[in-house]
Amino acid sequence: MGPLFTASDEWSFVLALVIGIFFGIILESAGFSSSRKLAGVFYGYDFVVLRVFFMAALTAAVGLAFFDYFQLIDINEIYTNSFFVGPAIVGGIIMGLGFIIGGFCPGTSACAAAIGKIDAMVFIGGVILGAIIFDLGYPLYDEFLVSGAKGPQMLYDVLGISREVFIFLFVVFAIAVFYATAYIQKKVSAKTKKY
Amino acid sequence: MEGTKKYMNSYLAGVLLGIVILFSFYLTREGLGASGAFKRVGAEIVNVVAPSHTHAADTYSSKYFKDGKNPLKNRLVFMILGVFIGGFISGAIAGRLKLKVEHSPKITSKKRLVAALIGGALFGIGASFGRGCTSGAGLDGMAVLATSGFVVVAAIFGSGYIFAWLFRKLWI
Repeated sequence: MGPLFTASDEWSFVLALVIGIFFGIILESAGFSSSRKLAGVFYGYDFVVLRVFFMAALTAAVGLAFFDYFQLIDINEIYTNSFFVGPAIVGGIIMGLGFIIGGFCPGTSACAAAIGKIDAMVFIGGVILGAIIFDLGYPLYDEFLVSGAKGPQMLYDVLGISREVFIFLFVVFAIAVFYATAYIQKKVSAKTKKY
Repeated sequence: MEGTKKYMNSYLAGVLLGIVILFSFYLTREGLGASGAFKRVGAEIVNVVAPSHTHAADTYSSKYFKDGKNPLKNRLVFMILGVFIGGFISGAIAGRLKLKVEHSPKITSKKRLVAALIGGALFGIGASFGRGCTSGAGLDGMAVLATSGFVVVAAIFGSGYIFAWLFRKLWI
């Protein structure tokens, strides 16, 4: 029963490399190596980011539920991100600003740099610089960083519904998002010329 | 649209990416991640310049060096190397390998590069607060249905939409 290896296992390095290769191939094939395509999601001319993103989360969530049901994986063993209310919101807001100014997120910048996008290489330099700035300023927010600790909290527990019902609602929500964004994109591309 | 081949259908790409995430959890207990590798490179740079900082008890980067650990000997570093390789393979097959600065015709290359540097730095800072970026905090968190994943994603896209108008000249 999975998970088969833990992060400290040397095998996980090899597996991480292979997983990374597939990750990179899919991101590049989907067009995530283009910042102008990525930025489209914020101006309504290209929703590819949102589609790939929600579809991927959805597929993985449903897949994990099936793996759990067929006892292929111990769902309680897999890593679940802990929730720190303030830091998650502030971090997300800063990342959103970085996204709209820089046109990439860290994963997409790696696959864009790999095909020769100089702006992506500079973006990566920026991410490293940002991490160093954060490290140096740490005394200013060391307490904030651990504030609002909720542990590895599940959204379905917060909403007071079962895991299964939540996944169903998640699927319904995603389909609604897919329809809405397809509609908006059609409207917007009708008046803006293709880049 | 650039390149000689068209991009993959986005729904298909999403399903495939979801399967990769699923197998990442199944095989290694953890999902995807991208910013983690860059944070570790940053910590290693600080370590070369100022080892006293990274080995002090109360600094942020000291966690990467605790008990003689090497920050670069980590699965996330191998994963980002994989992303570079995978991106290169896909770009080579599709005929999209080209050294260039991609930018809107309304701005200069220089302006685009300055924006990329600032945006990257903000992402590096934000991903440190958020304990991961769009992949590690957002995508993985949503896949396991963790509250943090949904909150981070809502904050990233919410903030992107709010600030989009201010920075529209960079893109449209």
